Amino acid sequence: MSEASVEKIVVEKPLRIKFYFTIAFVAFLILGSAYFAGFNIFEVLGNLDQTLRLLKRLFIWPDWDYTSNIIGPLLETVQMAIVGSFLGAIVAFPVSLLAADNFIENKYVNTPVRLVLNIFRTIPALVLASLFVAVFGIGSFAGIVALFIFSFGLISKLTYESIESIDYGQVEAIVSLGGTKMEVLRYAIIPQILPQFMSYTLYAFEVNVRAAAVLGYVGAGGIGQTYERNLAFRLFDRVGMIIIVSFVAVLIIDFISSNIRKRLV
Amino acid sequence: MSEKIMNLPKKPQTNKFYKTLGYIVVFSLIIWAFQGLNYKGVMETASGTISGMLDGVLNPDIEYITNTTIDGLPNAVLETIAIAISGTFVSGILAIPFALLASQNIVGENVAKVGKFLITMIRTFPELILALIFISVVGPGAPAGILALGIHSIGMLGKLYSESIESMDIGVKEALESCGGNKAEVLFRAVLPQVAPEFLSYTLFRFEINMRAASTLGLVGAGGIGAPLIFAIRSRRWDRAFTIVVVLVITVTIIDFVSGKIRKKLV
Repeated sequence: MSEASVEKIVVEKPLRIKFYFTIAFVAFLILGSAYFAGFNIFEVLGNLDQTLRLLKRLFIWPDWDYTSNIIGPLLETVQMAIVGSFLGAIVAFPVSLLAADNFIENKYVNTPVRLVLNIFRTIPALVLASLFVAVFGIGSFAGIVALFIFSFGLISKLTYESIESIDYGQVEAIVSLGGTKMEVLRYAIIPQILPQFMSYTLYAFEVNVRAAAVLGYVGAGGIGQTYERNLAFRLFDRVGMIIIVSFVAVLIIDFISSNIRKRLV
Repeated sequence: MSEKIMNLPKKPQTNKFYKTLGYIVVFSLIIWAFQGLNYKGVMETASGTISGMLDGVLNPDIEYITNTTIDGLPNAVLETIAIAISGTFVSGILAIPFALLASQNIVGENVAKVGKFLITMIRTFPELILALIFISVVGPGAPAGILALGIHSIGMLGKLYSESIESMDIGVKEALESCGGNKAEVLFRAVLPQVAPEFLSYTLFRFEINMRAASTLGLVGAGGIGAPLIFAIRSRRWDRAFTIVVVLVITVTIIDFVSGKIRKKLV
């Protein structure tokens, strides 16, 4: 036996060059962005008293009497959200079947459908609304079309992903008994995804209520239009009231809808 | 021997009444909503508008796309990305204290309830309204957009952060505490190292969302690609408006793709 039986165990630290490089790169991205956008934290902090003054004007003495003028546009906002998500869901269902690769086993159908869905989801609802205002004129119809397209994209994507993750045993059972595609759809796919599909529709509705509340800013109807008019005249007590009322409405709708969703799935 | 081979369980009938009631409520809501639909027909100028938009796809405004000055499209795209990055960074930092405040394994059940409610409030407040508030404070431009995204994103990040804190392995925290570690040591040596990958992944996910949000902020004057878009729409330059939308879709898709790849590696 040699004398040097006891060796020192040296654990070499892994070279962390890649790690430091990543940190430096991310720091560069963040600082570069802040510089490019002209963001100056000291300027922001210096304006803090102005922020407080504005918040005071908005929320300390809101115009309570203005509430009666807000209810109408608020209900219109909810109507827009309901119609948008309802129509979106109806169109989304067949399209999500086309996008699911376990129902239509044809790549040349799935891929283009998914591509179109992705494009629809990329365009923000507000941008869609401002384009549709140019086609349909100022009013809630443009907003509804924008919300319809937006919820269609959202619901389709979530639904086709659910369809792809269903339990395939039921489908195989029906196919092995000689069932047609329609029977597979009716007895294997729909029963499995219906709760999720309804839950996604409700989720789209929640998102739509929030989106509809601001669509009016580009002239697409709802409470945003009332908001924009009052802000233009700098009637901050009314603006504050609009913010409070729509905020409470959104909280209530979110609460009800998310409770229903919890029960569904 | 009985004739029945087996007794099938009775179908549950108890909730049929509520189910029917639910359907009635939902359908009457939908019918009510459709009554608000006021279709006034398309504008007389609509065909010109749509052909202008198509023209924007077929003959994109090359001069505008390659214009590297401050009025060009590349500058607007970069500004949008810059707003999204800075806004996400601000909220990524600000969300940590909110998340700790909302995690019941850190601050106890009662405080966590308050923290959770606070986060829900922030999440429900529309970012566009925040942007308008900040515009009247710091003036129109990208900084107002950054602040709006920075505050609004706390709502989502705070929720996701606190969920991952609540589901972390509590043993490490207890080990440190039993050795006499103080609160700061627990935070930096037990909590943050465990949740860091998840935090980063959520932050990147929020960055993807903020990219879309940043592109709409410009519509109200808070910087980014929305500003030239709304100018193009108001001055009825449909080809330019649609060129901007196409570039926006491509940019967002690329960023989604890159960010998604990084997220897959992280967690």
